[in-house]
Amino acid sequence: MFDLTGRVALVTGASGGIGGAIARALHQRGAKVALSGTRREALDSLAAEMGEGTAVLPCALDDAKAVAALPGQVSEALGGFDILVNNAGLTRDNLAMRMKDEDWDQVMAVNLTAAFRLSRAALKPLMKNRWGRIIGITSIVGVTGNPGQTNYAASKAGMIGFSKSLAGEVATRGITVNCVAPGFIETAMTDVLNDEQKERMLASIPAGRLGSPQDVAAACVYLASDEAGYMTGQTLHVNGGMAMI
Amino acid sequence: MSDVAERVKKIVVEHLGVEESKVTEDASFIDDLGADSLDTVELVMAFEEEFGCEIPDDAAEKIVTVKDAINFIQENT
Repeated sequence: MFDLTGRVALVTGASGGIGGAIARALHQRGAKVALSGTRREALDSLAAEMGEGTAVLPCALDDAKAVAALPGQVSEALGGFDILVNNAGLTRDNLAMRMKDEDWDQVMAVNLTAAFRLSRAALKPLMKNRWGRIIGITSIVGVTGNPGQTNYAASKAGMIGFSKSLAGEVATRGITVNCVAPGFIETAMTDVLNDEQKERMLASIPAGRLGSPQDVAAACVYLASDEAGYMTGQTLHVNGGMAMI
Repeated sequence: MSDVAERVKKIVVEHLGVEESKVTEDASFIDDLGADSLDTVELVMAFEEEFGCEIPDDAAEKIVTVKDAINFIQENT
């Protein structure tokens, strides 16, 4: 089950905690994996650690031209293109009343617009293959909302609506489009929360622990597999029971 | 029948799984040949590949019938 041998995947934001875990997990299941992100050194060391069947393709996701060219670079480097994981994302938290336009715009540009552009560019090879997987890493807050994260929550909710719509467009071509919505996962992004915030979050997680990047990666392996071929337009919530949707 | 016309019709027959006799030059991909909007996108991709040309989005939108496709390709390759 869940064998990805012969598949080629692209993971954006692979230099981050969740992105790195997704890349490793897909690779362990046999896929070749292209690692994209902005921090070249982190990507290089991840690729070195993973070994054969990897490619490092740094890309600034707010650069439309670079994004459009990325799927072609993946095919060139690894000989195909089957699985896209739109994982890259950033936060610029603030109360809505204090939020600057650029904080709103940047979060939308990287979290949502880049995911759309990259999916659009990836669809050509996926349609030709008559097989494809597009996986968006959204967030629990895209469904539940979270004070202080109007921009981030809107971008993640947007990704869910985008994925459902695209899933309907391409379902007849063997392409599935799904989301994974992590809850509170131990990463650099959640490290910035103070102890009081963390404790409050923990109290609301029935599983009694934070999630790990591997918990999220396992959901991606499933969605990327042949076995998940009948699963499309869905959001898998990986949150320890923090929100049951 | 020109070479381009034959190749275009072959692609349409293969892609849409319709009988060759139905693929007349006046046939509309959507109204007569049962294509949906995604099929028309794929047909354009197949034409681009077969003829090594690029069909911009605004031109692709105007390709409604088999003849439209043949004319565009003859004028642009």
